[in-house]
Amino acid sequence: MTTRIERRFAALKAEGRAALVTFTMSGDPDYASSLALAKALPKAGADLIELGMPFTDPMADGVAIQAAGLRALKGGQTLIKTLAMVREFRQDNDDTPIVLMGYYNPIYIYGVDKFLVDAKAAGVDGLIVVDLPPEEDVELCLPALKAGLNFIRLATPTTDDKRLPAVLNNTSGFVYYVSIAGITGTAAPDASKVTAAVERIKRHTKLPVAVGFGVRNAESARAIAAGADGVVVGSALIDVLRANLDAEGKAGPNMVKAVTALVADIAAGVRSAKR
Amino acid sequence: MTVQQQPNSFRTGPDERGHFGNFGGRFVAETLMPNILELEKAYAAAKADPAYQKEMDYHLKHFVGRPSPLYFAERLTAKFGGAKIYFKREDLNHTGAHKVNNVTGQIMLALRMGKKRIIAETGAGMHGVATATLCAKFGLPCVVYMGAVDVERQQPNVLRMKMLGAEVRPVTSGSHTLKDAMNEALRDWVTNVSDTFYCIGTVAGPHPYPAMVRDFQCVIGNETREQMQEAEGRLPDSLIACIGGGSNAMGLFHPFLDDRSVEIFGVEAAGHGVTTGLHAASIAGGRPGVLHGNRTYLLMDADGQITEAHSISAGLDYPGIGPEHAWLNDMGRVKFLSATDDEAVAAFQLCSQLEGIIPALEPAHALARVFDLAPKLPKDHLMVVNMSGRGDKDLDSVAQFLESKKKK
Ligand SMILES: Cc1ncc(COP(=O)(O)O)c(C=O)c1O
Repeated sequence: MTTRIERRFAALKAEGRAALVTFTMSGDPDYASSLALAKALPKAGADLIELGMPFTDPMADGVAIQAAGLRALKGGQTLIKTLAMVREFRQDNDDTPIVLMGYYNPIYIYGVDKFLVDAKAAGVDGLIVVDLPPEEDVELCLPALKAGLNFIRLATPTTDDKRLPAVLNNTSGFVYYVSIAGITGTAAPDASKVTAAVERIKRHTKLPVAVGFGVRNAESARAIAAGADGVVVGSALIDVLRANLDAEGKAGPNMVKAVTALVADIAAGVRSAKR
Repeated sequence: MTVQQQPNSFRTGPDERGHFGNFGGRFVAETLMPNILELEKAYAAAKADPAYQKEMDYHLKHFVGRPSPLYFAERLTAKFGGAKIYFKREDLNHTGAHKVNNVTGQIMLALRMGKKRIIAETGAGMHGVATATLCAKFGLPCVVYMGAVDVERQQPNVLRMKMLGAEVRPVTSGSHTLKDAMNEALRDWVTNVSDTFYCIGTVAGPHPYPAMVRDFQCVIGNETREQMQEAEGRLPDSLIACIGGGSNAMGLFHPFLDDRSVEIFGVEAAGHGVTTGLHAASIAGGRPGVLHGNRTYLLMDADGQITEAHSISAGLDYPGIGPEHAWLNDMGRVKFLSATDDEAVAAFQLCSQLEGIIPALEPAHALARVFDLAPKLPKDHLMVVNMSGRGDKDLDSVAQFLESKKKK
């Protein structure tokens, strides 16, 4: 059985280009606006969609994503609503893969088994849970694989060759290479180093490798796309979203247009990469 | 609460994965995993090295001033007319609290590991001051993360840290208190993995921190055991300590966990009252969840979002508790009680006026429960309270609190 994620990467490989993976926070700044944004992303050029599950204490995120999560929580977002959002998204899009990304506690409190059933039914394809390293695989990773969801692991510059096999074992869908040792939304990676790191990971796995952290525009996306199977962009989109909020923090009339414009620009960068 | 079958020993945890029963673990971002594994290995090697222990004993004696006295609180004992109340005087340590025991161990480990930069989180500022102090002594740059709210209410400690050469970074994310300081310290560590040592101030965080910090704090209980033997010729009958993350409590409790005759009490901060929702009592008012690298009892809402803790005591204002305490609670070995802001301030005043010891607001929470336990106990009952720190830092907070009560 293949998943939407596997099918999408296979198709793009045939096309000879890298995937654009977008990260936005579900419920930021409210349910309806973030659903409208999510629905508009594929047309703008997003090949895979990562939706953040907001959490009060996102220990690996920088200010942009921290603030996005807090806005979403203030707007009343919950894990139940995030799953509802995926269900609504699926009503008119059956092939763009959706990956939920966040931290473990809300899932743990929802109940792992119930969450996996509900997520699968809603149309979720994969999970990235930042605070679940391979050492904690029994918690969610193994049950998720059993439930037919991809469990996508982060590999980082600190994941050396000795540790890589442990990280890749039980990883499925794709590998998310975090290009810097740091939190989201900070330094821009050096593209040549990233390409070397992707090559290193590929010596250990056949899975596609997507690269994230620090991609901000078409140019940096193009450079990364030259050496990777996917490019993840998050904080830059969230910065544009924030710039299109009104004084009360509500989404302005141009929010979706502004964010998707940047997505389209970055998508063009990804598509023009020489590989 | 269902009390599970009790093990032969309460002192063998954690297992190799850092679990105390279902609690503990290593719930951290992949970037930190290699560091945490490196730390675990380095600590195991240090622990087995007599030279490391010898050096630590030297600094604990000559720099910290250990052993700390076990003091008979005669006038409080007379006032309550019951149990004989002893204070373990961690307030007399250099820097004024038990925190320095742990910091001494961790900084010497950081030196062994060749780390060049130290970071820490702090609530009341006592752990920050201890860390800044050891960093000054050993010539290491030190960055302390402190919630902006705590920077305000613990000004004397902010000034001390700065005088000692540390950089204090006020944290304005989240609720601006200890949990957010810990998030920020973790973010720093993720960013500066190779050269930075994260000196955690309590028995929480990912494995090996809860066990390592406990080991460093066990000097409190080990000394108490000897000192009580000397003073009374036997073991104490009960132990009581306040719980923030639980390090002063664990340090006192752990060496006695297998002495079943010793009753053990932890006291959480009940803030405005456990039923008001404005408190920091994670056992009384929380449930198991995952935060800051471990599974433990946490304050949270129905969606698993962490809720803000409330306490007059910055050092207890944390929505969690160390995982080993969570396990000892479920095992029924330690009883967890709580004390409100009002009760802690009353105890703060009484202890100052009857014993000539101004306690920190944190151990004043433990004292508040001593004051209603002691009168009901026989005169030959030996009770040890961990006087975890001194109260100079809290004079402003207490004065303001009393002032605001007068107005009501
Ligand atoms: C004097 C004192 N006691 C107790 C605590 C609470 O911490 P723990 O529960 O780890 O001992 C603090 C923390 O700042 C403190 O300063």
